[in-house]
Amino acid sequence: MLKFTKLAIATFGAIALVACDDNNDSSALIPAADITQEYQVTVSNLTNAQPFSPLTVLLHDTDQIWTIGQSASDELEQIAESGNNSALMDSSFVLESASNGAVLPHGQTATVTISNDSESKYLSLVTMLVNTNDAFSGLNKIDISQLAVNQSLQYSPGAYDAGTEGNSEAAGTVPGPADGGEGFNASRDDVNIVTMHSGIISRDDGLVDSVLNNEHKFDNPVMAVTITRMK
Amino acid sequence: MSHKHFIAAGVLGLFSAASQAQDLTVTLTNLTQGIHFTPVIAASHDMSASIFHVAQAASAELTALAEGGSIADMSILLSNAGADVIENPASGLLAAAQMTRFNLTNSSGNDYLSIAAMMLPTNDGFVGLDSWKIPSEAGTYTVYLNAYDAGTEANNELVIAGSGASGTPGIPAAPGGDAGTNGTGVSDAESNTNIHIHRGVLGDTDDNGGASDLDSRVHRWLNPVAKLTVVVQ
Repeated sequence: MLKFTKLAIATFGAIALVACDDNNDSSALIPAADITQEYQVTVSNLTNAQPFSPLTVLLHDTDQIWTIGQSASDELEQIAESGNNSALMDSSFVLESASNGAVLPHGQTATVTISNDSESKYLSLVTMLVNTNDAFSGLNKIDISQLAVNQSLQYSPGAYDAGTEGNSEAAGTVPGPADGGEGFNASRDDVNIVTMHSGIISRDDGLVDSVLNNEHKFDNPVMAVTITRMK
Repeated sequence: MSHKHFIAAGVLGLFSAASQAQDLTVTLTNLTQGIHFTPVIAASHDMSASIFHVAQAASAELTALAEGGSIADMSILLSNAGADVIENPASGLLAAAQMTRFNLTNSSGNDYLSIAAMMLPTNDGFVGLDSWKIPSEAGTYTVYLNAYDAGTEANNELVIAGSGASGTPGIPAAPGGDAGTNGTGVSDAESNTNIHIHRGVLGDTDDNGGASDLDSRVHRWLNPVAKLTVVVQ
């Protein structure tokens, strides 16, 4: 209900702020330079049995996290194969980064708060579906520059394939709890372009060497995301 | 605050007393190739009511809908919440590639549209729309709907007469008459007990055995599974 209250305040702007909000005056509706920006990014894991690696939320003015048809960056490969987000968070184009710092189980919801002391144009989100070889999901370069305080954006992203590791589903290659196998491996033994993910096959569906079963299958969307500007 | 953002965020409406009743013409199309929808329930309501929310546990009313196709209790729940309720517009099952059309006049303040119907043959799969903000501007709007798993029953994929009762494992019916028998069961546990995107059915190609009573060549689907067209007068 908290979320809806804030959404509604955004709808009825000045009236609601005067009536209900003792922390801001109506001028806060218009983003001004040199004020702190703060966003809440709420993510629900909608898969059946694919925990998400710790969420990575970024503010940036340039670059994007992936491009369909082009090779994944080394930083994205790290997340997509192992869930390790440290390299991406340390990238030079990243103005601010934040994480919930924990695995987000299927069926659960987590919120990451990120702030910046100057205007940021884009927000991105990345996480690994950990019971896969190299599947990830997220938001790529969402323009938040026009988002007013208390206003929200909602998205339902699907699953992508980093294309950096073949989808063998074989024992020893999947880092999540279904296997406990290898995470990052610098060799690229797949198509080496980012695409949408074609889904899990699993041993229940005839891939006899797969360590995964029907529980690990998924369909899109794999997550529900709400971005709310708080300040 | 541009109009685009209102739509994208699905916002508006806490102070909905000011809103006016609207006349809607709603068309629901089953986009699947081999799945039936059980009787559809649709409602316009305020934000205090809902049929379901993702990543939350199913209510008893939704469980009855998703496991057995029963909309009676959900209708009572919604009516008690002041919703405008439409029951069973297709007068029974809505077969693959078929559509149903109905009119809905929402009361003042009932600014959100929700829809649900069980998907057969599944254990507890349903097609759903959760609290879509009804646009205030006249026009024709299209929304694509996904298949959800209520999270209340293991997807054993076994067709068992009488299993539509809440808590009774099994798929109550395969209306197309195209399911098998004597399956051993695909899954006996529910990994995710909250409402989530359905992972799809497994099925197999053995009509008289195998793990599943479903046919993998007939009963699979990918999202979206339904198309909703809403004409706001």
